[in-house]
Amino acid sequence: MMFAAAMILLFAAMVLVLVRLYRGPTLYDRVLAVNAFGTHTVLFIGIHGFLNDRPDFLDIALLYALINFVGTIAVLKFFRYRKIGDMSPLARREETGL
Amino acid sequence: MNTLIDIVVFTMLVTTALAVVRTHSLFATVMLSGVFSLLSALLFVTLDAVDVAFTEAAVGAGISTVLMLGTLALTARSEKPSSHSPLIPLLVVLVTGAVLVYGTLDMPAFGDALAPAMTHVAPDYIARSPAEIDVPNIVTAILASYRGFDTLGETAVVFTAGMSVLLLISGRRITRAEAEKGATGNAKGTDDAIGDGSDET
Repeated sequence: MMFAAAMILLFAAMVLVLVRLYRGPTLYDRVLAVNAFGTHTVLFIGIHGFLNDRPDFLDIALLYALINFVGTIAVLKFFRYRKIGDMSPLARREETGL
Repeated sequence: MNTLIDIVVFTMLVTTALAVVRTHSLFATVMLSGVFSLLSALLFVTLDAVDVAFTEAAVGAGISTVLMLGTLALTARSEKPSSHSPLIPLLVVLVTGAVLVYGTLDMPAFGDALAPAMTHVAPDYIARSPAEIDVPNIVTAILASYRGFDTLGETAVVFTAGMSVLLLISGRRITRAEAEKGATGNAKGTDDAIGDGSDET
């Protein structure tokens, strides 16, 4: 019963995040919304496991958290440097002054 | 409760797909397709296919998003207005969807123990794998042991594809070395053309 209530509240949180993702005036709203939705995915896998009395997939939920983190870093790096791969020494020198 | 979960997740999936179609900012489209991929991963989790779900999340929400952002760095950031009528693509999509739904009509029900896939070799694997392989996950036992040569062939294909992509991309490294040695004045122009995508492979 508790897990069913948690699932319904999680769906409410997902809908709120999706609204911000659709309407988000700035790009940062959308990045934050995707990041929050990734966290909700982790929570969903956990709650879904306990709801069906088979919490065997919690380790997979941890992997989702890792993917979410790396993906957000990649998107923010794209914002900062306008590219994602390795940077030429020239561009790095301009950015960091090293 | 599981029916409710399916309905809610499918509703969010359809809404996200409609939002992808209606958004004109390409960056927002990339973010929305990442969430679409996460939502389909949730549906795979509800179907107990956690390995498929994880592949979907890693490829769809992870690598694809990064690759599409790398493409966005090279192209425009907003969608050009379409030059043709949307009716023909809509018709194609509707016909394809109707054919796919028609194809599911004579499929066995979900979890049907008497489905042909469940009665052919599956009981044999279920009976033999605890004694022969002793791995709790029977799918892993089949993939890595009973069909090991098949998996080895798949890995060889993926390895060849990865090597080819690396060879194709590393051809550009020479251009970068030459560009840095030659002209430092137009470094801005060469920066946009190099260094994208090589790390993600």
